[in-house]
Amino acid sequence: MTKKVLENAIRTCVERGDQAFVPYMMAGDGGIGTLKEQILFLQQAGVTAIELGIPFSDPVADGPVIQQAGARALAQGVTLRKVLKELRLFRDEVKVPLVLMLYLNPILRMGITEFVEECEASGIAGLIVPDLPLEESGLLRDELGHTDIALIQLVSLTSSPERIQKITAAGEGFIYAVTVNGITGVRSGFGDQLETHLEQLKAVSPVPVLAGFGISTPEQVRSIGAFADGVIVGSAIVDAFHRNDLATVEALVKASKKEIVS
Amino acid sequence: MVQNVEQKAGRYGKFGGQFVPETLMTALIELEAAYEEAIADPAFNEEVEYYLKDFVGRETALFFAERLTKAAGGAKIYLKREDLNHTGAHKINNAIGQALLAMRMGKKRIVAETGAGQHGVATATACALFGLECIVFMGKEDVRRQELNVFRMELLGAKVVSVDQGAGTLKDAVNEALRYWVANVEDTHYILGSALGPHPFPRIVRDFQRVIGVETRKQIMEKEGRLPDAVVACIGGGSNSIGMFHPFIEDEGVALYGVEAAGSGIETGLHAAAIAGGKEGVLHGAKMYILQDEDGFIQEAHSISAGLDYPAVGPEHCHLHDIGRVTYTSVTDAGALEGLQLLAKTEGIIPALESSHAVHYAVELAGKMQEDEIVVICLSGRGDKDVQTVRDALGGVTND
Repeated sequence: MTKKVLENAIRTCVERGDQAFVPYMMAGDGGIGTLKEQILFLQQAGVTAIELGIPFSDPVADGPVIQQAGARALAQGVTLRKVLKELRLFRDEVKVPLVLMLYLNPILRMGITEFVEECEASGIAGLIVPDLPLEESGLLRDELGHTDIALIQLVSLTSSPERIQKITAAGEGFIYAVTVNGITGVRSGFGDQLETHLEQLKAVSPVPVLAGFGISTPEQVRSIGAFADGVIVGSAIVDAFHRNDLATVEALVKASKKEIVS
Repeated sequence: MVQNVEQKAGRYGKFGGQFVPETLMTALIELEAAYEEAIADPAFNEEVEYYLKDFVGRETALFFAERLTKAAGGAKIYLKREDLNHTGAHKINNAIGQALLAMRMGKKRIVAETGAGQHGVATATACALFGLECIVFMGKEDVRRQELNVFRMELLGAKVVSVDQGAGTLKDAVNEALRYWVANVEDTHYILGSALGPHPFPRIVRDFQRVIGVETRKQIMEKEGRLPDAVVACIGGGSNSIGMFHPFIEDEGVALYGVEAAGSGIETGLHAAAIAGGKEGVLHGAKMYILQDEDGFIQEAHSISAGLDYPAVGPEHCHLHDIGRVTYTSVTDAGALEGLQLLAKTEGIIPALESSHAVHYAVELAGKMQEDEIVVICLSGRGDKDVQTVRDALGGVTND
C-alpha cells in the first residue's frame, strides 16, 4: 500500500473512459446511523471515492447548504471522534476510498498523532483540510509521512502560476481545483477562464485534477468534468440526501459515466 | 524594536500563521507586499498622519484623573483618552490606515466585521471619507443590542448585513466577512478590526494602533519625566491593548496588564476570557488561545460588552502571555459596570463597557500601589453606545 490508493482509483476510472466522480456528504446529517447507509448507497451507485465532511462550529469555507447540514449533524451530537469510531464498524464493506474533509481545529484538539492513528484504523485514504494551505501543511504532512493517507491540496482561480507549481509538486491523491472564488454551494454559471485554468492545471499536475465548488447538475458534471479528470459534487448531494431524493444522486453519478452508444 | 516579538513573518512564538483557504492566500501575499511597500514610503506615512491629526483629532489627551486617583487611594492614575477620537474609539486609527492601504492597492470595496459596532462605524466613516463602498457584517444579537450603531453605519452610507448563524455575535460576523471576502477577493479589501486573523492582519492592526502607546510614552515623559509603573488595557481580540503595550514591551520597569471579560464569572463558563479559559487552537486564520470544547468546536463567548464578546485572543497577546511579559487578568460584567459608574462620577467621563473592564482592574491595582507610582489606563472608547445596555443592567438605578 502507498499513498496511491486514491490516485489509482481515479486513474482506473479515467482509463475506462469515465470521469471520476467524488460526492461530498456531511457525516451524520440525519444522525450517525445514516453514515453507513449513505456511504454504501454511493458506493453502489458507482462513485470513484467519497468525500466525508465532518461537522464544525465555524465552517468558513462552506456555503449555506453545507453549513445547515453541519448544524443538523452537530445538533445530533456528531463529532470527529464518533465518525471515525463508526467507520471502523463497517470498514470491510467499504471498497471505495474515503476522504475526510474537515477543519483544522478538531484535529489539533484531538492531537495530530492520535488523529492520524484513528484515521488509519478507520481506513481513511485522504484528507482535505480547507484552512491548511501549502505553507502550513507541514503540520500534518510530517505525521502522515509513513502512512497511506494522502494530503490533498487545493488550487484556486486566484492561485498564481508559481503557487500552482509549488502546490501541484506537493500534490498527493488528487488536486482539488476550486472552480469559483467563493464558498461551496450551487451556482448557475462559471467564469470563462475556467476551461483554460483546468487544462493548465492538468498539464503541470503529477496527480489527477478534480474540479469542485458549485457543480450541481448532470450537465455541469459532464461539461466541467471534461476539462479535468472528474468532479466533486457537494451541496447538490447533501441537499438531495436531506430530501431523501436518491434519484437525483444517481443521476449526478450517472452523468460522469461514458455514454453508451448503441 | 518592532521585531522583538514577531520572530518570523506572521509567527509570535507558536501562535499566528496563515490558516486560510487557498483562495485567500494570494490576497494575503499581495496585502503583505503592498503593506511593506506602503510603510517604507514616507508619503504614505504622512498621509496616515495627516488624517489622524486633522480628521480623527489626534493626538488624544493623556489626562491625570485626580478624583479617580483619590478614590483608588494609591498610585496616580492617567487616562489615555482614545474615547476622544472621532467616532468615539481607537478603532478609527486602524480603519483610516487600512482604507488608505486598500486605495493604494486599487480596491474599490471594503468589507468589515463588527461586534459592538465601533469598528463598523469607524470603517463606514473611513469609507465615506474616501468614497469607498462599504459592507459590514454584524451578528444578529449585536444588531439588536447596538441598534443605534447600525443606523449610524447606514447614515454613513454602509450596508449592514445581519448574520443569523451561530449565536449571532462577533465570531459569526467574522465567519461571514471571511466568506464574503473569499467570494469578492479581487476587488475587495477586508478591514479586520482586531489584532487577529491570518498574517499580515495582526501586524497591520498592531502597527496602526501603536500610535496609542507611542503618544502615551511621549506624554508621560512630558508630564512626569519618567515612564509609568503599570499600563492597563482591556482585551477582546486585543487591538487597543496591543497598540498601547507594544511601544513599552522593551521597558522592563513597565508592568503591562491585559484585562479580559470574565462575563458572569470564569467559573460559570459564561465568559470571554480566552487566555484564562481557552486552549490552543486555530480560528479565523491564526493559532491562538480559543474557547473550545473537548471536540475542538468553538464555544460562544459571553460578555456584557459586545466588543469583547469574542472566543479568542490575538496571536501576539497569546505569545506575550506565554513569555510572561504581559499579565492577563479578568473582570466580570458586574466589575465593568462598577468601573463605568465610578469613572462617570469621579471624572465626568462615561467609558465604553469594554474600557470599563480596564478601569475596574486599574483602580484595584492602583489601590495596592504607592502614591508616587503611576498607572496609565487605555480608555479605548466612550460609553454613549452602551447607555441603554447599562440602564437595562442596572435596572435604571445607579450605585452610589
